[in-house]
Amino acid sequence: MNSVLYDAPGPRARRISVIASIASVVLIGLGLYYLVYRPLEANDQLTMERWGLLIDPSHPQFSGVWSLLLEGWLNTFAAAGLSIVLSIAAGIGIALLRAQLRGQKGRRFTDRAAGPSVLLRWTTGGGTGISRVWVEFFRGLPVVVTIFLVYKVFADFGLLFEDEMWYLVIGLTLYNSVVIGEILRSGMDGLPHGQREAASSLGLSVGQSIRMVQLPQALRIMLPALISQIVVIFKDTSLGTIVSFNEALRTSRNIIEAAGSSGIPTPTIPMYTITGVMYILICYALSKLAVYTERRMSRSGLPTPPTVMTQLDTGDAIGGAYAVRIDGEVDTDVPASARSRSSGTP
Amino acid sequence: MPIQPFVDGFLVTLQLCVLAAIGALVLGALIAALRVSPIAPLRAVGTAYVTVFRNIPLTVVIFFAAFGLPELGMTHADFLKIPVLSEILTQLKMDVPFFRFAVIALVTYTAAFVCEAFRAGINAVSPGQAEAARSLGLTFTQNLRFVVFPQAWKYAIVPLGSVIIAMLKNSALAGALGGVSGDLFGTVDTLISSSTVESAATTLEAFIGVSIGYLIMTVPLGLFLDRVEKKRAMAR
Repeated sequence: MNSVLYDAPGPRARRISVIASIASVVLIGLGLYYLVYRPLEANDQLTMERWGLLIDPSHPQFSGVWSLLLEGWLNTFAAAGLSIVLSIAAGIGIALLRAQLRGQKGRRFTDRAAGPSVLLRWTTGGGTGISRVWVEFFRGLPVVVTIFLVYKVFADFGLLFEDEMWYLVIGLTLYNSVVIGEILRSGMDGLPHGQREAASSLGLSVGQSIRMVQLPQALRIMLPALISQIVVIFKDTSLGTIVSFNEALRTSRNIIEAAGSSGIPTPTIPMYTITGVMYILICYALSKLAVYTERRMSRSGLPTPPTVMTQLDTGDAIGGAYAVRIDGEVDTDVPASARSRSSGTP
Repeated sequence: MPIQPFVDGFLVTLQLCVLAAIGALVLGALIAALRVSPIAPLRAVGTAYVTVFRNIPLTVVIFFAAFGLPELGMTHADFLKIPVLSEILTQLKMDVPFFRFAVIALVTYTAAFVCEAFRAGINAVSPGQAEAARSLGLTFTQNLRFVVFPQAWKYAIVPLGSVIIAMLKNSALAGALGGVSGDLFGTVDTLISSSTVESAATTLEAFIGVSIGYLIMTVPLGLFLDRVEKKRAMAR
């Protein structure tokens, strides 16, 4: 994009840009010094007392803190893995169901007897309505609220778990399965009509056409969006704090509180920094994977998703907008519209 | 069960979101400008900001704002005492520290996504447009101002809308983690725990009330965006 917006700089422009670069580096440095380093230093945040238990192996608490952190991260990974698998499975189920119902819409089922045909029409209509409401309901709620639903409301009705992790996992699955279902559905909608028509001309039923023709293609096309949603789920596991599940963030908080109650300077900033950095590293790696698969797919000639950026791409979770379409530098030289037009050519 | 707490909480959430949305749009536009600028270090700053805040959970950002900033002696987020803003806050009776921390966290977090939405808009404009403008001799700023931006904002509306919806939902975290802010989700705790036995809401009632509150905000916005998107798809 950048190269499109302005000409290759000439000698004068290059001089200006070098000067501007140096000036901005100096300004950024000053800004960091006065706005970040100075406040930290002035409040004794950079002392070994606060950072020691994280970076000084001779610190008495060093190994204890790190083994706690390791345990926290393992819990995070366990919860994330379970939520991801369950969300994808349930999401595929929702997508299958909604596509099936849509394929049946308007059919009279005249090949059946009168009783079953009326019943089939009614279940189609009712199922469409219910699944629509289900999707809109859970898509519109904050994840915190669905977790609350599982942790408090379901619990009041007798659904209790030994391990707090399940409250988090089920809450995340309720929300993310709906989002993944919508991703897959829009992937199937984006397929050329010919796919569905060819399938039905071969005599495949609606269900077969969806299972054997449409869904596999939707899964491949939407792979980048799915990976982004996986990143969102991973980020959302930090909500385990609310259900008192000892994942990474809550572990950090426990360590801070333990330090505070034992009277040593609270390592608030160091602990949250290390947690944040870990999250950034893992999620960044995952999002790079999304960009990589997208690049590979655009090379392999598979059709890319139809729209530039749909509502789905933003994930809506606490991860907020995590759009693949706009991630990284992939889109920078070729706009998505041009790419989807050129699809089919290797 | 009284309905007043929900209405109050709804209004607090609305205030929180309007303030955070304005802040995020301004900061996000600024970062988007950095990310497309011709000066490499500025681009690097923009990219770093987006990378950091897109990959960190909002929960961690809120913890930083609510527990980290007080460690630095900013117990009341005093640096947010911008003349007009503090007057608005006092007017709204929202001059509590946690409300400010929530605004700070939401703004810094959402700005990264707003920036990406703007950039997506700019990228969606066909490169031929910018190239034609350049061949006419337009400079970088003229190019952006007269050719790219007028087209880009149309492409950016839908992604921006989704970012705002996501932010509406994210604001629930402030209530979940702080509880002090008295926003819509924060009312749950007060309803369930503090009231007397007769007037206490069951968890189910609280859940339904809170859900309706959020759905009132998110569903119409989402449907509106769907319509905009469909219209655009047809026009194309």
